[in-house]
Amino acid sequence: MKRYFRELSVAAALVLLLLLLALFAPHFYELQPLLSRLTAQIPTLVLTLGIALVMLTRQIDISVGSQFGLCAVLAGLVSAGGHGLPVSLAAALGAGAFMGALNGCLVAWMRLPSIVVTLATMVTWAEVLRLFQQGKFVNLAPGVQWFGLSQLGGQLTLLGVGGALVALAAYLLKNTSGGRHVYAVGSDAEAARLSGINPSAVTFGVFVLMGTLAGLAAVLNLVQSPQVDPKCGTGLELKAIAAAVVGGVAVNGGRGSLWGALAGLLLLATINPALTFLHVEAYWEKAIQGLVILLAVIADGIRSRRNLN
Amino acid sequence: MRQPLLRLSQITKSFGAVRALKGVSFELHPGEVHALLGENGAGKSTLIKVITGAHQPDGGTLEIGGTTVSNLTPTRARKLGIACIYQQPALFPDLSVSENIGLRLEGGAFFAKVHWKQRRKNADALLARIGAALDPETPVRSLSMPEQQLVEIACALGSGAKTVIMDEPTASLTQVEQELLFGVVRDLRASGAGVVYISHRLEEIFALADRVTVLRDGQSISTRAVRSELGAMELTEEELISLMVGREVASIYPHRGGSPGETVLELENVCCAAGGIANISLAVRAGEILGLAGLVGAGRTELARVLFGITPADSGTIRLLGRNVQVRSPQQAVSLGIGYVPEDRRRHGVILPMPIAENMSMAVHPKLFPGKWLRFEAERALGLRFIEELGIKAYGPEAPGGSLSGGNQQKVSLARWLATEPRLLILDDPTQGVDVGAKSEIHRIIRDLAAKGLAVLMISSDLPEVLGMSDRIAVMRGGRLVETFEGSTATAQRVMSAALRPS
Repeated sequence: MKRYFRELSVAAALVLLLLLLALFAPHFYELQPLLSRLTAQIPTLVLTLGIALVMLTRQIDISVGSQFGLCAVLAGLVSAGGHGLPVSLAAALGAGAFMGALNGCLVAWMRLPSIVVTLATMVTWAEVLRLFQQGKFVNLAPGVQWFGLSQLGGQLTLLGVGGALVALAAYLLKNTSGGRHVYAVGSDAEAARLSGINPSAVTFGVFVLMGTLAGLAAVLNLVQSPQVDPKCGTGLELKAIAAAVVGGVAVNGGRGSLWGALAGLLLLATINPALTFLHVEAYWEKAIQGLVILLAVIADGIRSRRNLN
Repeated sequence: MRQPLLRLSQITKSFGAVRALKGVSFELHPGEVHALLGENGAGKSTLIKVITGAHQPDGGTLEIGGTTVSNLTPTRARKLGIACIYQQPALFPDLSVSENIGLRLEGGAFFAKVHWKQRRKNADALLARIGAALDPETPVRSLSMPEQQLVEIACALGSGAKTVIMDEPTASLTQVEQELLFGVVRDLRASGAGVVYISHRLEEIFALADRVTVLRDGQSISTRAVRSELGAMELTEEELISLMVGREVASIYPHRGGSPGETVLELENVCCAAGGIANISLAVRAGEILGLAGLVGAGRTELARVLFGITPADSGTIRLLGRNVQVRSPQQAVSLGIGYVPEDRRRHGVILPMPIAENMSMAVHPKLFPGKWLRFEAERALGLRFIEELGIKAYGPEAPGGSLSGGNQQKVSLARWLATEPRLLILDDPTQGVDVGAKSEIHRIIRDLAAKGLAVLMISSDLPEVLGMSDRIAVMRGGRLVETFEGSTATAQRVMSAALRPS
């Protein structure tokens, strides 16, 4: 209980918000719009999982939005070229893994600071995409949207995939040696190394996984519309980082959980529509989101200071 | 009667439910070295923080220079002439020595101009006064721990404080730097300042202190004069230890074991340019404790790092159980049956936020969890086993490493390596900063391990420990192995002179 206090308090805030909505804005719970809002968050959720892992190893990856955009356009072009969804998916995953491996090499083996490395790759991939695509949308082959199912079927599939992924990743993180190594490296890389763990390999692995998840997220986004917007990844890295931070993943590594990150994402994603439904002026949306993130960071600051004493 | 510099009476301080100080009385006179002694957790650190204004006491009175002071802050304490040298140097690693000294000593307004020449001159003078051969322009990052400690001492000296508190100043110093420090302490005493001296090393207290106050469980148990007016010793080591622990300590070091077995580790002309060591040849046998003595910077830790594959050897032969091996990484060292308990347990030993059972299982994942899936019962059982075997004081295997005292953290670090069932265990200053009680327990554990057939290579800067524990003693100087002694024939003088002799 005490160990998961941080996660549970975010979940409690979310439940409180949902109760408020149930009392004052029951329209929020109309099935179809609710489902659409949820499925729209699935790609961000996948990115958030990756970012949480990166942050647990005491790194950061701000290039995920650019990776996402590039993978999305690539998958779209493959699909437009007449290949099926599995081929598109493979292309997106491969491209993501490649971009992640590049970040990983520079950070883990060449020991460059991840904020700078991923800032550079963020700009690079975004510019590559802009030059190559010139802002044009990609039209997808029919049968890609909603996996070729009905809209409801597609949305349910997406929710299933997202839920299964969180559960699987959280389970693996808690129950495998690799998962434990992620925490060990993030807490104290030198102590981990002196225990026979290879911190560079762990860091590299996490960045590759991040890239692969960005590819998967891009495909899970692409199936929700008939076209791919080459700007679809813009700003997603901030959403994912914010969700992880609000969910209690420590920016300086070693602390946090994927369930917490999920709760953080749901809380942030609920605030916007909630404000609309509760008739708060739209101007306040961003400010209130910022305030929530600030609160989370302050809570973590107090917590880590208390742990020091 | 002279006015005391400090007078504390019945000071109490609680943190939540923990009563750290339950009534401490203490006096410091001008021209006195007053030692403060107690096991870890006895309340020494809290007491210092009360004197330096870092903590506010809950009750009792604090007088500085004869006037009662309340609401003391660190800034005010400094103005009242109190300076403190902490165990861990608190310097800015990216700034140079002279900048560090300048920042500490020059008050200066926000826009005050920095007189670089003056600053440099000051630093030079202070360093010369304590006899430290340091270039004031070197960045602190590139200094060793003992050198950083010297900078701290220079700062305290430069502040012209009337009351100087030294919290285990020799924990990381070698004999040479210790002598420098002792000189500084005696100078301070002669100039009429008072020194509060905290150390676990009893021989230092006998060498330096005029009076001793023993703390136990947050209370001042007794204040005793070390010497009479005529200079005769008034106190024995046994008396002091029994005051500290409240019981008699049987014998300080465990008896040496029987005859050693097969050769576990053999080095021939091992060199490593990165670690600055050359031509090391030595052997450690099963059941044997080989003490590795030498000054800080003599290459002892570097040798350990070579053996553990952190900075692999460039040339030479390393044989483990008669087989030639190359140790290229810590992972490989672990699989070869080498365990390494590093020097700086706070930074590289125990992962503080992790539960102790997880800390202990870190190096044995492949063995404890075949197939990569964690098995929490097995991990818990491992934790419970070592808590019992090593007598670790913790509320359970799920207690975070950071909640344990220094001695118990060291046992956790030790347990991590015992879990790997190593053939060779390398210990780097295993009892540094550990209190007397835990220290003798760790000594007993190490001796038991050797008796069970482990080969132990023990680096230590604590000379009595090396002499008391080792079956054989190898001495390093300037990156080379200069002499080896049989444990029974070695004396402090012979080991020290081998470590010091100019090459």
